[in-house]
Amino acid sequence: MTGFLSQTRSLRRLTFYFALIAAACLVFADIDITTRSPGHELWLMAHGLVTPRIPDPRQWLDGVIYTLTFALQGVILAAALGFLFAAFYHRAWVRVLAACLRSVHEVFWALIFIQLFGISTLSGVLAILLPFSGTMAKVFGEQLEEVDPGPANSVKPAAGPSLSHFLYTRLPLAAHAMRSYTAYRMECAIRSSVVLGFIGLPTIGFHLETALRTGDYSAASALLYTLLAMVWSLRFWFRARWLWLLVPAAFIARPLTGQWYGPNLRQFLYDCIPAPLRQDWPLEKTGRWLAWLGEQVATGVWNTILIAQIVLVLTGALALLASTLNSSHFVSGWPRRLGDSLLLVIRSLPEYLLNFLFLLVLGPSMLPAITAMTLHNGAIIAHLLGKHSDELAPAVMESGPVSRFAYYYVPTLYQRFLAYCFYRWEIIIRETAMLGILGIPTLGFYIDSAFEFLRFDVALLLIAVSAALTLAADHLSRRLRRQFLLQ
Amino acid sequence: MRYLTAILALLASLSGFAADTARPQFTFTAIPDQNEAELVRRFQQVADYLSGELGLEVRYVPVKSYPAAITAFRGNQVQLAWFGGLSGVQARRAVPGSEAIAQGYEDQFFKTYFIAHESTGIAPGEGLPEAIAGRTFTFGSKGSTSGRLMPEFHIREAFGRAPGEVFDRVGFSGDHSRTIALVQSGAYEVGAVNYAVWDKAVARGEVDTDRVSVIWTTPAYADYQWTVRGDIDQQFGAGFKARLTRALLELDNEEILGSFPRSRFVPADNSVYSAIEETATEIGLLDDF
Repeated sequence: MTGFLSQTRSLRRLTFYFALIAAACLVFADIDITTRSPGHELWLMAHGLVTPRIPDPRQWLDGVIYTLTFALQGVILAAALGFLFAAFYHRAWVRVLAACLRSVHEVFWALIFIQLFGISTLSGVLAILLPFSGTMAKVFGEQLEEVDPGPANSVKPAAGPSLSHFLYTRLPLAAHAMRSYTAYRMECAIRSSVVLGFIGLPTIGFHLETALRTGDYSAASALLYTLLAMVWSLRFWFRARWLWLLVPAAFIARPLTGQWYGPNLRQFLYDCIPAPLRQDWPLEKTGRWLAWLGEQVATGVWNTILIAQIVLVLTGALALLASTLNSSHFVSGWPRRLGDSLLLVIRSLPEYLLNFLFLLVLGPSMLPAITAMTLHNGAIIAHLLGKHSDELAPAVMESGPVSRFAYYYVPTLYQRFLAYCFYRWEIIIRETAMLGILGIPTLGFYIDSAFEFLRFDVALLLIAVSAALTLAADHLSRRLRRQFLLQ
Repeated sequence: MRYLTAILALLASLSGFAADTARPQFTFTAIPDQNEAELVRRFQQVADYLSGELGLEVRYVPVKSYPAAITAFRGNQVQLAWFGGLSGVQARRAVPGSEAIAQGYEDQFFKTYFIAHESTGIAPGEGLPEAIAGRTFTFGSKGSTSGRLMPEFHIREAFGRAPGEVFDRVGFSGDHSRTIALVQSGAYEVGAVNYAVWDKAVARGEVDTDRVSVIWTTPAYADYQWTVRGDIDQQFGAGFKARLTRALLELDNEEILGSFPRSRFVPADNSVYSAIEETATEIGLLDDF
């Protein structure tokens, strides 16, 4: 035991500390189960699930077009911008800018842009474009860093690095990875596009939220199936040769326009100035305002961290177990396709929906949010991990599935697994903050309240706090990765 | 050929957009306090009625949230809105010169029901039952008058403490229908709901009254109203506000009124809502500083 604790680079020790922190968080977290008669509502849901219905086909089609155009325009522009950032990723300010862009959740970006450009295509596309370009800059940048430096070194240009040097020696080596990552981001973008509907943009999320809120589960299930079909069918139509047609079509179907009013913008910018500054620092009022704001920040940050740390560890556990569903080491043929589809379905369901479902079953506490986020993130990592495991050679020793899992699968994949978890950490924090919009008192709850009462100054300050939290997790995970995973 | 069609379509959409912004368009919205399909059906009829009465095209735009309605009103994206008591006060503070011009007859004496799950065993009472303390409680939307402001006011009156201290847990369901569903399922033990939404849901048989029932009714207060921007006459010509007000007050289409449900619209002005404004300020919802 003492030997275990004194190992400086032990992955086991790292895991142990994360689990310990999560256990401590669990002590403070509110995880009571309090429900009485969820049966009726659950029965209605189950009934809705088998009787999907589209009440208004025109509205449905309109929603689908908006969902796809937001996602497509957002991803294509984000890929272009992210690529530009990636080419200059060795500069610190580019890395900082990209980190800031992705530290703010799509929903928060949208809440801001709706104030500026109204409910418009511009608001929706920008809300996807900005955080996605930050993420893509990071991944593209790392993909470019990881390419074999051989070709680049062997043709050293006389006048320092040039564009054609980059295009011929480095880009081709990373292009394949970049393309498949862009395809994965398109899936995320469709989900984000749907979630943006929950706060008022005209995607199918708008109608999904209405249907869920008013208990019209037949309409909700039809929309859910639509979402699943969109995500699933990506593999057939999100291809380079179709994109030449689809991208222009998206920009024509829903041109990038916003409702722009000068006075509106001025008013919004004025409202964003913190209230005490606007009124020349009246002492007593300022004190009260700061205390009030401080309380929100403290409660919000505390709850966000509690939930995120618990979710991180549970996500890891679930991902390790569920990845076997999509791994050639454990399943093949149609059971694997089934497992893969199951993971796709789970990760495609918006957390919002899962959270509401668990709220009915488990009652109001942090438990619904924890369960919802664990399922969602766990399914994503499980999918990636399972796919990665295909690259491993089969175990040398014949053994049963349990011992193969414990003595071969987990040990060989553990580094990669932790890397995925670290990547996901900042995302989990971002999402935990956002889920507050649904009622758990994380930062999003207070951000939503501030928007509700048009206190934009408070909203922006709280968004900045949430961004700082995400950046801190990003920074910490990078340091841990460097210390433990890259040797 | 493909590019040619694309460019043509692009031009057409751009010119369409330009034409849209050139002429002022009379647009109104309403706070989304319940089922959206129902709201769209109801307000589309109102739009058609107003188009006929005022002799210009009237458009209804649905919004997703209370602040979205207020923001649209403030930004002149809509010139008229059907607000709740509190959202109306917020909107009129945001747009100086704007006025409440009409309210429903029933809105003069609006009420909130406190509802409870049967397992709590709380009996209906004259005052707010003491037994709700220590339970889990859900409001409706954060900015709702009947789902948030008035219930919070009465909770503070009765217990002398903020809801967060009175109850074990406090939630915001986001909407009145949702409040009913959550209390009926027992996810929350007690909730506060708009009486009109409750009565309608009960009449339609959507509520299992063995599971959830009304335990207290608040005293009456003023709620929903039509609020119009102060600069509407400058935008649409002198006397427009008066004509609009008259059109609303003279609305006697049974089907439209029944969908609200209101028996008719009666005159209103800003002073009707001063009590709401005071209550909101007292609770700290309005003072932005």
